[in-house]
Amino acid sequence: MSVRRLAPPELQPKSFAFTAENLAWAKQQLAKYPPGRQQSAIIPLLWRAQQQAGGWLPEPAIRYVADFLGVAHIRALEVATFYTMFNLQPVGRFHVQLCGTTPCRLRGADELERVCRARIGAPGAVTHDGKFSWVEVECLGACVNAPMVQINEDYYEDLTAESFGRILDELAAGRKVKPGPQIDRQLSAPVGGPTTLKEKA
Amino acid sequence: MLADKDRIFRNLYGLHDWRLKGARARGAWDATKAILAKGREAIIDEIKNSGLRGRGGAGFPTGLKWSFMPKKSDGRPHYLVVNADESEPGTCKDREIMRNDPHLLIEGCLIAGFAMGANTAYIYVRGEFVHERRRLEAAVEEAYAARLIGKNNVHGWDFDLHVHHGAGAYICGEETALLESLEGKKGMPRLKPPFPANVGLYGCPTTVNNVESIAVVPDIMRRGASWFASIGRPNNTGTKLFCISGHVERPCNVEEAMGIPLRELLETHAGGVRGGWDNLLAVIPGGSSMPLVPAGKDWADSLILDFDGCRDKKSALGTAAVIVMDKSTDIVRAMARISYFYKHESCGQCTPCREGTGWMWRVLMRMAEGRAQKREIDMLMDVTTQIEGHTICAFGDGAAWPVQGLLRHFRGEIERRIDEYTRNADADGAVREAAE
Repeated sequence: MSVRRLAPPELQPKSFAFTAENLAWAKQQLAKYPPGRQQSAIIPLLWRAQQQAGGWLPEPAIRYVADFLGVAHIRALEVATFYTMFNLQPVGRFHVQLCGTTPCRLRGADELERVCRARIGAPGAVTHDGKFSWVEVECLGACVNAPMVQINEDYYEDLTAESFGRILDELAAGRKVKPGPQIDRQLSAPVGGPTTLKEKA
Repeated sequence: MLADKDRIFRNLYGLHDWRLKGARARGAWDATKAILAKGREAIIDEIKNSGLRGRGGAGFPTGLKWSFMPKKSDGRPHYLVVNADESEPGTCKDREIMRNDPHLLIEGCLIAGFAMGANTAYIYVRGEFVHERRRLEAAVEEAYAARLIGKNNVHGWDFDLHVHHGAGAYICGEETALLESLEGKKGMPRLKPPFPANVGLYGCPTTVNNVESIAVVPDIMRRGASWFASIGRPNNTGTKLFCISGHVERPCNVEEAMGIPLRELLETHAGGVRGGWDNLLAVIPGGSSMPLVPAGKDWADSLILDFDGCRDKKSALGTAAVIVMDKSTDIVRAMARISYFYKHESCGQCTPCREGTGWMWRVLMRMAEGRAQKREIDMLMDVTTQIEGHTICAFGDGAAWPVQGLLRHFRGEIERRIDEYTRNADADGAVREAAE
């Protein structure tokens, strides 16, 4: 289990409400679930609230989603504190999630961690310019492309300290970087080309 | 090596079009109506005869699982839930299916849903797979637009398919935790019985299947159970996606026949173990929950990758995520990191798991340095057996087995580290008692 706490009151915004666009989207989501089962939509809605709030989930947003779904505040608080993708503290504009589980460790996640510490700082802290933060997370499910990180929504795979540093440079300069494998490789196929499926489909 | 014509995932590497047009060209959605026309019983029998065993880790026969669903509805709707919460360390196969061959999964959902009398299905995708989820949602929309699924579709079985997502909890891969999460709660596993086939999602009959188990169904139905059953060994039939990670020359995903020897798999597809076969230290054949298999004539050299083959080596096939470790690996630290994973991901519901996973991790971290007593090795083994089988779900077992595997095969290494630490610590008398 991981201990997770809400951000201190001085960091919390006074209020939260979905934008018109997100509100329409949220109402649409409810149609996926049977009548009376709208609580099912709580994770997608909290996730959308986190995106709207700039990558972290403030306490008023949790209450807002609970009220929207008509469930007790504690139900939404339980969910927000249980699931680790909800960032309860503010994060940088580029939030780096470093996969630190064994398959990535075997292929050099230690080096990436050193880059994070040198470039961004302690885990969880946001850089002074507000651009970066990083945390170590558990297996992100891209083990054959290890080591890898997730930055916001994108996976960057087959990294080295150099290529990872370069990605951070590019993002800091406001440029886009192509997600996926950072070496010459087609998704999860072996380097040098597939050993199978060579016949024309 | 499995022939290309026998492969099910013909767009595994995303080299071709994932959209409906491309999927159709590869054979998806071909005569699906004729498959449904065979009837529910015939479909379930065909899957039973194919010998398909669940691809999510436990290896339970899929056809048998389907047959547990009530034959007639008692008024409650039936649900099919697809487990796409792929989080087992080492495993990254369902991701490829969702982003490169989503229509196989959608078609499989329709066939499986029909066979179990379910008009609604949910696919629960892990939260981190944002792009994979969007791809899947786009494919579902295509299927709706082409009236392949939905109300009054061309197949004559009303079928709604919804894509749902989680938010980063490994435990939601456990079927009842997944249902809790889908209902909008914390992902804490339910006590069984009642089993989901009787009381599942929203209290209704539900079957939870892995992505790969569902995605292979259309091909089994089209090509026949005997084709699928002819691949692999009896009780271990069919093809399987293997995820080869760790210390190999070229890590990759590949679809192979069940029962392929470990060495052949690594050398054919992944360029072999880094530094040659003799450089192998150990391999975890089925994702982090499974005990490791050490190098050696009686172990990894003769390891056959299927359910029975792995069991013969005191491990299990799990999700077929092959994690390879060469001689440069600090094996105690590698397994301690896996223990940390379980400590982090325990849902906290059952005391043996919540407390035990952290305890195992702390002791293993000391053992990695040698800062432990030799009697603690047996104590650690004893603790693993007090976690295993004493929890609501199999997470406790999955946390205990890798530690047991380490102690079974690398006890000597731990003792060596303890001796070394003791020798070095003698000078300043800094050998400490166990603090735990």
